[in-house]
Amino acid sequence: MTAAQSIEPVDPSSLPNRAAAMRADGWRLMQICCTTVGPNFEILYSFANQLALKNLRATLPREGARLPSITGSYLCAFLYENEIHDLFGVAFDGLAIDFGGSLLKTRVKNPFAANATPA
Amino acid sequence: MANWSISKLVARSAVGTPATRRYPFTRREPFAATRGHVRFAEDTCVFCNLCAKVCPTDAIVVNRKEKRWMIDRRKCILCGACTESCRKACLFLENAPAPPMTAAEWERIRIETE
Amino acid sequence: MSAPTQTKPRTIVPFGPQHPVLPEPIHLDLVLEDEKVVDAIPTIGFVHRGLEKLCEKHDFHKMTQVAERVCGICSFMHGMGYCQAIETVMGIEVPARALFLRTFWAELSRVHSHLLWLGLIADAFGFESLFMHSWRVREKILDIIEETSGGRVIFGSCKIGGIRRDVADDILRRIRRELDPIETEFRDIASVFDQDPTAKRRLRGLGALSREDAHALGAVGPTARGSGIDFDARKLGYAAYPQLEFEPVVETAGDCQARCSVRIREIHQSFDLLRQAIDKMPAGAIEVPVKGNPNGEYMSRLEQPRGEVGYYVKGDGKKNLGRFRVRTPTFANIPALIHMLKGCEFADVPVIVLTIDPCISCAER
Repeated sequence: MTAAQSIEPVDPSSLPNRAAAMRADGWRLMQICCTTVGPNFEILYSFANQLALKNLRATLPREGARLPSITGSYLCAFLYENEIHDLFGVAFDGLAIDFGGSLLKTRVKNPFAANATPA
Repeated sequence: MANWSISKLVARSAVGTPATRRYPFTRREPFAATRGHVRFAEDTCVFCNLCAKVCPTDAIVVNRKEKRWMIDRRKCILCGACTESCRKACLFLENAPAPPMTAAEWERIRIETE
Repeated sequence: MSAPTQTKPRTIVPFGPQHPVLPEPIHLDLVLEDEKVVDAIPTIGFVHRGLEKLCEKHDFHKMTQVAERVCGICSFMHGMGYCQAIETVMGIEVPARALFLRTFWAELSRVHSHLLWLGLIADAFGFESLFMHSWRVREKILDIIEETSGGRVIFGSCKIGGIRRDVADDILRRIRRELDPIETEFRDIASVFDQDPTAKRRLRGLGALSREDAHALGAVGPTARGSGIDFDARKLGYAAYPQLEFEPVVETAGDCQARCSVRIREIHQSFDLLRQAIDKMPAGAIEVPVKGNPNGEYMSRLEQPRGEVGYYVKGDGKKNLGRFRVRTPTFANIPALIHMLKGCEFADVPVIVLTIDPCISCAER
């Protein structure tokens, strides 16, 4: 089937630099995805270059989760980062286009964070 | 010629028959594979509850004690999971859709035992 | 003239989420200078359903039906992408016939989705009879879909480990014969899009997106291929695509006309792939039994009519998945759309919005 996929753990603070390096290498931002794993959030950054796929994973504690934005290198990340902010409550520093939590209109605040109570 | 590329379509529409059907008067027959509604043949059912378990929308409720099999047609999505899972072959997907409902209610099928 | 642009009065026109030409609930705040759009701010989230969260409630077999309902147009490919991700995590070898039938249905839904789009774009630039002709042909494709899978919109035929129902070989052979007249009919419609002066005037040179911008903004699918990026996720070799011969359709102009002709050529390509798939259809089983629960994670990618879609699943050995994420092509194309809108005329906005083939219900799982 498809080629094997690698996931490389990265330090959250080094993300903007890593993103800039990926951009210079010709990678395209495919998606950003947040997963709740126990007390942590795992943020998966996927980059695609033709058929190749490369994943970077930042792990950070759920309490007061904060990440630097990569919109400096990939402007299109603003949608993913705003979505993660609205669904999980992760704050992003330096977002190029910040909707301030109004991208998705949800009845519950941060519905995808595990502690949210369903409506 | 390029300016008249639509003319072929226009000419065909002008002289041809309509592509649509004069529905209520002419109706299309459902295909052999069309999923219309789930039919329950009660004579072989042993109330094993398997169909209710695999149903993704919880549209089927089976009560073994009362020998009752119920389906909520509003919830059923006709996926065919129940008909596949049935060991006794008493569930079928029929081609024709179920008749329209006038009230929101479950269809109950109860097997009378003497 | 080098007068600063700030001196011109700016107007903000709210566009959508309900608009006569826009069938999808996206809202754009258009910043106008006279009739020229200088900026556009998108807002989505009007129909967010939180389907991804449902994976914690349903077991992973039942999530197939949820995945299929992410979108009403490319429903089959959503189910297929989800099944593919789970199958890779669990190491399931899907029988060849199931893979070929999946490819067959995937290409049918590509044809019907592109025909739907051609109708919508014709309607958007005011060519209503062309819209009806496109949908007339689409109806025949829908009949084939219903005859083989049992549903017109929701196929319901994909499941983990294979497919739900087989299609008899004689039906497939008959469909193969029926494809030729349908393609001939389609060719007449395609020639109008290619040659008609009114269609050309509304599409050519509009909403240009350069190759560099398309790449930087993460555009996918026909939007990217219209700008010269020769990436087609079918080349990844999922399902039966390694056994079929095709080349990604690429146009270089990057305008609305280019995106339109990419889709037209892709319909012809799909007809060709359908014939190849029927000719090479192997015999054999259509499913394998699935035991156990998924444990692991995988990002499955496949090519939908609107572009590359990504399914991320993460299971931890339980019946319910830990995380199910769909990155739909429309979501990836919105930044590119915003870029295209800058500098266009106000009246062209609906046409440009439609050329990315927006499916906002897809984008808001």
